[in-house]
Amino acid sequence: MIPTSSHKILVQGMTGRQGTFWTEQMIACGSNVVGGVNPKKAGTSHLGLPVYGSAQQALRESCFDIAVMFIPPAGAKAAAIDAIESGAKMLVCLTEHIPIQDVLEIMAAAKTNGTRVVGPNTAGIVVPGECFVGIMPAFNENVFQPGNVGIVSRSGSLGTLVSLQLVQHGIGQSVFYGVGGDSVIGTSSRDALEILDRDPRTEAVVLCGEIGGTAEEEAAEYAATMSKPVVAFVAGRTAPKDKKMGHAGAIVTGDKGTYKSKKTALEQAGVEVVAVPSQIGTAVIRSRGANLNAVAS
Amino acid sequence: MNFVEHAGKRMLKENGLPVPSGVLCSTVEEVETAAGRLGPCVIKAQVATGKRGKAGGIKLSNTVPEARENAIGILGMEIGGLLVERVLVEEQVRFTSEFYLSIFNDAATKSPLILFSAAGGMDIEESAATAPELMRQMPVDIRKGINLPAVHELLEGLDLFGSEEHIVEFIADLYTAYRSTDAELIEINPLGLLEDGRVIALDCKFILDDQSAYRQESLAEGGTPERLTPLEQRARDLGLKYIELPGEVGILANGAGLTMTTMDAVTHYGGSPANFLEIGGDAYTKGRDALEIVLANPSVKSLLVNFCGAFARTDVMTDGLLQAWKDVNPSIPVFFTIHGTGEEEAIKLVQNELGITPYDLMDDAVTAAVEAAR
Repeated sequence: MIPTSSHKILVQGMTGRQGTFWTEQMIACGSNVVGGVNPKKAGTSHLGLPVYGSAQQALRESCFDIAVMFIPPAGAKAAAIDAIESGAKMLVCLTEHIPIQDVLEIMAAAKTNGTRVVGPNTAGIVVPGECFVGIMPAFNENVFQPGNVGIVSRSGSLGTLVSLQLVQHGIGQSVFYGVGGDSVIGTSSRDALEILDRDPRTEAVVLCGEIGGTAEEEAAEYAATMSKPVVAFVAGRTAPKDKKMGHAGAIVTGDKGTYKSKKTALEQAGVEVVAVPSQIGTAVIRSRGANLNAVAS
Repeated sequence: MNFVEHAGKRMLKENGLPVPSGVLCSTVEEVETAAGRLGPCVIKAQVATGKRGKAGGIKLSNTVPEARENAIGILGMEIGGLLVERVLVEEQVRFTSEFYLSIFNDAATKSPLILFSAAGGMDIEESAATAPELMRQMPVDIRKGINLPAVHELLEGLDLFGSEEHIVEFIADLYTAYRSTDAELIEINPLGLLEDGRVIALDCKFILDDQSAYRQESLAEGGTPERLTPLEQRARDLGLKYIELPGEVGILANGAGLTMTTMDAVTHYGGSPANFLEIGGDAYTKGRDALEIVLANPSVKSLLVNFCGAFARTDVMTDGLLQAWKDVNPSIPVFFTIHGTGEEEAIKLVQNELGITPYDLMDDAVTAAVEAAR
């Protein structure tokens, strides 16, 4: 599922400082925010929108498709399960540092209720020119322009850089899909590739990976089946071994999750892996040229 | 957070799981006293690495003089680059078979996963590869908890010498411990089969999920602290993730992904990064602390600031950093590239305070910083 301007969005933790700032940005970019949640401020209004005591209450009094969480780690499980059990089609979980067993409980609840979870520790999803859900600079026209190239990224900051690099090459984006930096996430890089593969607006995909875990290796398996070209950048080529680089996922132990393993898997799947992000723009242009030729012949 | 064997076993014991009697010792005299009390014992080096047995860090001792001799040999030895400062002196346990058991957070099934093998012991990786039929796995529905008939099913067809009931009970208790301790992994290898059919944890590898440490404070005190340099420790105390590296280009970026990318780019253009330092996430207001940490490393010859603000506001980060820059007044050159949330304000701040304009292209900033560090 890719958010559109008609999806109704519920912001959990909307009344906080970050919730307020990003809700204003989302609305300014065309997102259809219908309300927020804060148990202590139920019944009031904020940014001209109703504040509910829970997602359950929001469900009874209006309805929503997507829930997005501005909730600290200790309250994340309860908020996520509240949104999931209220029938959210999609839950965008921005929270970083949620205890992993809480994440497993969230995932189990999502599976039972058919909710698509994006994250945790994601920067969200941007559809330039239409809407966004999360904490990406969707409002910055140097970074995001409507276009036809999809981006899948584990990291929000690297995703911002790559989006910027594309715009600097005159390339706009169809969708930026942030999957999140945690080790256990609801939507994997592979899942996101599949979503963009099915998206008619997306003609090519940039995959931004990083060392640690096996997300890029799994994504490579799917990329091999795609007719749309995929270009990848994998961060952490020069990172020291056995050091956790901030993201829970970004740790290399033994031979697992190395840059080399990811690069090899991606290249064997026909994905061009560039050495620095500034090469992404030209690689995308080249790959689409090749693709167009292939279609023409 | 990793726990060495004795700390892992203490956790098991506190959760009602059977472990051999043992005493943690740091001197030869303590080992002698413990061996005198326990009788025939085994002396085990307590370091956070595998292959201790193969390195000579585990020795059977049948008498006190033998225990003394083994303690002299093991205390002070190095295993995998780690100094052995403590040993666990444990009663010898007669076991007739060795099994393998672990429970961990599995990213693939997004659930707790139980792994059990009838062929445990030192070469579990090899036996898992050569005899995969002996290795069984089972995801657990974390919201429902462990299901005993399913555990019986997991073990079906394995030759367990009639100990199945005891193993099922052990697995159920271990799952309870896994849940109550917020474990990322508990691995029992070997799980020893006693002559009376009961099972006992002969070793334990326990990893506490770092993201849960805040609600497991007393447990976390028993973990092995990460080995940090003084500067890394100072950064940690300030809530920043800093790793010292051998190069000359100081790096300040936001977010783990962008910071690693900046390191890669510095290396790509012939330079060498002096550090990893991430000031994204909740730490983005700590621009000042971050700069002081990076500059405290005397190898830094130039500073590269790469901000791509998503959640992290570049104006807030830049403001903190520039205030500190004025106070410290460093003699090294600095190169900026700033994009994303708050960029207009951030770029103006740099222009006003330092009289320089950030590079539009990241590669230009990187090459300039690499050149300046030469």
